[in-house]
Amino acid sequence: MTAVGTSVARKDGIGKATGAAKYADDITFPGMIHGRTIRSTIPRGKIKSIKLDFDKTGFTIVDYHDVPAKNAVDLMSQDQPFLAESEIRHMAEPILLLAHEDREKLNAANVVIEYEESEPLFDPEKSTQVFKSVEIVKGDAERALGNDGVVIVEGTYTTGHQEHVYIEPNGVIAVPEDGGISIYGSVQCPFYVIKALRCLLGSAHPNVRVIQTETGGGFGGKEEYPSMISGHAVMLALKSGRPVKIIYDRSEDMVATTKRHPSIVRHRTALTRDGHLVAMDIDVLMDGGAYVTLSPTVLSRGCIHAAGPYNCDNIHIRGRTVFTNTPPNGAFRGFGAPQTEFAVEVHMDRIAEHLGMDPVDLRRINALRPGDKTATGQTLRDDASAHMVLEEAVRRTDFDRKRKEWKGTNRAIGLALFYHGAGFTGAGERNLKSRARLELTPSGVRIAVGSTEIGQGTRTMHAQIVTDALGIPYEDVDVAQPDTSRVADSGPTVASRTCMVVGKILEECAHEMKEKLGSLTPAEYYAKNGAITVERMYEPPDWIQWDDSLYRGDAYATYGWGCDVAELEYDPDTYEVKPIKLTAVQEFGRPIHPALARGQIEGGTAQGLGYALLEKVVMRNGAMANGQLTNYVIPTTLDMPELDVVMMENPYPGGPFGAKGLGELPMDGPAPAVVNALRHLGIDVRDIPATPELLSTCGTA
Amino acid sequence: MTQFTLNGESTQTESSPASRLLDVLREELHLTGSKEGCGEGECGACTVLVDGEPVCSCIIPVGQVEGCEVVTIEGLGGNHPLQELFMNEVGAQCGICTPGMIMAAMTLGPEPTLEEVKIALAGNLCRCTGYSAIYRAILKWRGMPLPTEAGSLVIE
Amino acid sequence: MRTAISEIDLRKASSVDEALQILSDEPRTPIAGATDLYVALNFGTLVPRQFLDIWALDELRTISVHEDSLVIGALTSYTALMQSHLVSERLPMLAEASRLVGGVQIQNRGTLGGNIANGSPAADGVPVLSAADAIVVMRSVHGERHVPINAFYTGYRATVMRPDELIVAIEVPRVDGKQWFRKVGTRAAQAISKIVMAAVRGPAPRIAFGSVAPTVVRVPLTENALESGKSIDEAVEILGKELKPIDDVRSTADYRRRVSQNLLRRFWAETA
Repeated sequence: MTAVGTSVARKDGIGKATGAAKYADDITFPGMIHGRTIRSTIPRGKIKSIKLDFDKTGFTIVDYHDVPAKNAVDLMSQDQPFLAESEIRHMAEPILLLAHEDREKLNAANVVIEYEESEPLFDPEKSTQVFKSVEIVKGDAERALGNDGVVIVEGTYTTGHQEHVYIEPNGVIAVPEDGGISIYGSVQCPFYVIKALRCLLGSAHPNVRVIQTETGGGFGGKEEYPSMISGHAVMLALKSGRPVKIIYDRSEDMVATTKRHPSIVRHRTALTRDGHLVAMDIDVLMDGGAYVTLSPTVLSRGCIHAAGPYNCDNIHIRGRTVFTNTPPNGAFRGFGAPQTEFAVEVHMDRIAEHLGMDPVDLRRINALRPGDKTATGQTLRDDASAHMVLEEAVRRTDFDRKRKEWKGTNRAIGLALFYHGAGFTGAGERNLKSRARLELTPSGVRIAVGSTEIGQGTRTMHAQIVTDALGIPYEDVDVAQPDTSRVADSGPTVASRTCMVVGKILEECAHEMKEKLGSLTPAEYYAKNGAITVERMYEPPDWIQWDDSLYRGDAYATYGWGCDVAELEYDPDTYEVKPIKLTAVQEFGRPIHPALARGQIEGGTAQGLGYALLEKVVMRNGAMANGQLTNYVIPTTLDMPELDVVMMENPYPGGPFGAKGLGELPMDGPAPAVVNALRHLGIDVRDIPATPELLSTCGTA
Repeated sequence: MTQFTLNGESTQTESSPASRLLDVLREELHLTGSKEGCGEGECGACTVLVDGEPVCSCIIPVGQVEGCEVVTIEGLGGNHPLQELFMNEVGAQCGICTPGMIMAAMTLGPEPTLEEVKIALAGNLCRCTGYSAIYRAILKWRGMPLPTEAGSLVIE
Repeated sequence: MRTAISEIDLRKASSVDEALQILSDEPRTPIAGATDLYVALNFGTLVPRQFLDIWALDELRTISVHEDSLVIGALTSYTALMQSHLVSERLPMLAEASRLVGGVQIQNRGTLGGNIANGSPAADGVPVLSAADAIVVMRSVHGERHVPINAFYTGYRATVMRPDELIVAIEVPRVDGKQWFRKVGTRAAQAISKIVMAAVRGPAPRIAFGSVAPTVVRVPLTENALESGKSIDEAVEILGKELKPIDDVRSTADYRRRVSQNLLRRFWAETA
C-alpha cells in the first residue's frame, strides 16, 4: 500500500490534542524577561521628543541607536525600519522597546512621546507614491473595445482589509546561547527571519539561528511580520544579555501587524452579443500601506489573475500598489488573487445579466481550455480544468433548477469560477534556488527542510512523498523541526509551493537516496556505511519561460482550478445573509493526504466566507478601530453553512505524484460566489465585505 | 490563598484571587495546554471545565474557583479517544484552538446531533478548519452517523 | 494592555448579608461571573480597582413565582435561564435572549443581574425586561428598593443604584400578550448586538430596543400610536423619528433605524 493518496496518521503526533505541543508562549528560559513595543499614536509626522516617565530599575530600553548594523527589515526593499528614528508613517509603528522580568512593571511603564503631526494620506486613489506598477498586454484591448457591434460592460469592484486572525497571536523568544543568538518563534518562514537579522546585525553577529515553535496558524500573517518582532527581541536580548520573550496580545496583533490589501478594480469589457469576450481592460489598485513589504508580489499575482480563468484575445491589465499612511499590508492566503478574482467574477455575472445570458453559459463560452493562452500569453497544458470543475459544480448543485425556482424568493444561488497559480511567479522559483535535504538515520530517513508546519500538514505530506519515493515504511520517515542551523533552506512556506515545489525536491532526494542504498534498507545501509545525506535544489520545468520586464510568458508552472457554488437565504428585514450551503469543487492535481487536503479547502472556504460577509476592518485615523475579536468577527460554528467538498484530479506531471499547490486556491471562490448569489436575489452589490449595513444601501440588480 | 481540585488533585495557589485562572494554570502550575487567543472570552482557546461546565479561564479570577473542580486538557490524559480523532480527522490543523474545543465538547451528551455540536462549540473559534472536520471528530467519537452536512467528499 | 493584577483588590462575600455589610463599609464594585471584568479593565473602561466577588451567593440563584410575578435571582446564569421551565412558560423571550448571549462559556458565567448592573446598552437581556416592565430589586443594609427597569438607567452605563446596594432579584409581573424577540448581532453566535428588539403584543403594546441609544429604550410614541389604532405604516414612521441611534464600529445609525422599523413591522405582522 502506498502512503500517497491515503489519509495516513499525521506526523504531528498527538500533542496538539493533548496540550503537550509547545507554542511560543508555552516556552520559558531561565532568566527570561519580557519585551514590549512602544508604538506611534499618530499616522504621520515626526517624533519631537521621547520621555521615559518611569523608574528604569531593571528595565532594558532599546531605541534605534541600539541597532547593531542596519535599521531596516530586509524584505523586498529595505524601506521599513525596525524602530522609527524620526519619521512616523503609520499608526502603531514601533519606536521604542522595553523589557523587564516583571510584566506588571513592564506594562505600567509610561512613555510620553511628542510628535509634530502632518496631514496623513489614507485614500489610495489620491496617493502618488507608487510602490510597484504592473502592465500586462495581450493583443490590443484599446482597439478591440472600439470594434463595431460589441457590447461594453463596465464596473468597479472593491474589497476591504482582512485580518488573518490566526488564533495564536505573533510571538517569539530571542535567546543568547552558544555564542550567538537563537530565535524560537511562531514563524512561517524561518529563513526570512535569518535574512532580516543578518541585515540588522551585520557581520559582527554571525551566529543567528531560528527554530520554529509549533505555530498556531499563519495564513500569510506570519510570513513577514515575524522578522520585525524577531529583530526587536534580538536587540533586547543583546542589550540585556538575557532571553527575551515578546508575545503580542490580540489587540496589538490586530492593530499593528499586516492585513490583506484593500483593492479597487475597474473592468471595462467588450463582448459579442452572443457572449464571447472580445476585450478586457482592467485597472487594479492596491493599498500597500506605509511600507513596501511584499506589496509588489501581491500586486503581481493579483494582476496575473485579474482576467480570471477566461480566454480573451485582447487584454490590458494595469496595476499599481501605492503608499498610504496606514500599517503596511502584506501576505494573506491568496496574495492578491482573491481581490482581483472577486472583481472579475462579479463582473462576469453583471455581464451575463447585461446580455440576458445564463451566467454558466457565459462561462462555458469563455472559460480557458488546454491550448488557450492566458493574459500573460501562457499556453495552458492538459492540466487545465476550468470546464471540468464548472460542469461538476453545476451538476452537483442542481444549479440550473435552483436558479430558476428560487428567482424572486429569499433563497439564492450563485457561483464563481477561479484558478490559482501554484508556486512563485514567473522566474521566481528558478531565482529562489530552494533546497531540500534527506538524511539517513539509524532507523530510516529524516527530512530536513525549512518548510514549516503551520497546520496545513507539511510534515505529514512531505513524509508521505518520501515514503513512497523511497519505498520504505512511513513510520521510518522522520521530519526535523525547522531549525535554520540544521535544515536546508527550502524557501518560504507560502504561495502554495510547499507540496508541489518542496515536495518535488524531496521526491528527487528520495530517488537519489534510493539509488545510493541499492538493495539495502536505510537501517542496513546505516549500520554498514554510516550516515549519508542527500541534498538537492529545485529545478523548475525547463519549458517555463518568463519575461519579467514585459510580464509575458509562463506565469506559473501549473494552476489549481475551482468552482464554488453558494446557496443562501436572505432576511429582507435585517439584510442578513445566511449561507446554507457552499459547494467547493476544486482540482489541484492529486491530493497527497485527502483528509488534510479537504481541511485546506474547508478552512480556506470559511475564510473566504468571512471575507465575503463578516470581516470588516474599521479604520479610523489610520488605525484599526475594531481590533478585538469581539468587534472584528470571523465565522463561528453557527455562521458556517454545510460544506460540500469535491476534490477532482488532473495530475500535474511536474509535481510530486501529480500534486499541484492547494493552500490558496480555496480562498479565491467564496466571496464572488456569495456576491453572485446576492445578485440572483436582485441586490446590486459590488463590494466586500457585503455586510448587512452595506446591503441595506444597495440598489437592485 | 485559593484551594481547588485540579484534574482530580487538590491544588492551592498563593496568587492573588484576582489573578486570571488561565495565568495560574499556565505560569504557576505549568499546564500550558490551555491557550490564550484573545484574553476577552471571545475565542474559547482557554476553555476549561469548572464543576463540569465549560468556561473561559482567561476571564475568571482564580478566587472564583475556590473549592471547585477544575479540569484542563491535561486532565484528559494523553490518549482520550477524542484527542486521537481530532488528529485523525484533521479537526486539529494548527492545533491552537484544539484543547479548548475538546474541553467544550466534553459536556456533550452521549448522542449529540450536529446542531447540538455546533451550539456547544459556538464559543470556540477555529480559523483553520471551517469546523467541519471538528464535527466529524466529535460525531465519530460519539458513534453518531455523519450527516452529509458534516462535509461530504468525492474524489473523481 | 493587561491590567496589573496586583492593583486589584478582590474580596469575597459568602452570604448576601455579608456582601451588604461590606458594601456599606467600603466602596466596592460587585462582580458576578466576571465575564466583563478583565475586558473592561484591559480596555481602560473600568476605573475601580476594588471589587466584591458575589459569585458564591447561591441564595441569589433561585427562580420562583411570587404573587404572580416571576422572581429571578440576580445570579441566575443565562444557562439556567434557558433551562428554567418557569422562564420558558412565563417569559419565553428571555429564554430566547439568553440562548443568543455569547457561547456556552459565557452563558455559564453571565448573569441576569450582572447584565443589568453592567449597564451596557447592547445587553441582550435588558430589552426583554424593559418590554416586560420588570422590577429591579436592590438591597442594602438599610433595606430593599424596588425600581422599575425602565427607571433604572439614567444615562450611558449610569443607574440609580447607590454604591451600597446590590441587585438581588428581578421581578417580572405576569406578561399578558404575545412575546416577541429579535436580536440582530454581528454574526450568528457569540455576537454583540447591533439591534435588539423585545416586544409584547398585549392590551397595550410594549416595545423596547437595545443598542440603539445610550441605554435600553422604550418607544412610547410608537407604542401609543399602535395602541390608539394608527396604522403600522404610521407607527413605523413615528419610530423612525423616535429612535436616535448612532454610528459605531459595529454598525451604522441608518442601518439601526431602518432595521428597527422593519422589525417593528415584522413584530406587528407576526403577532397579529
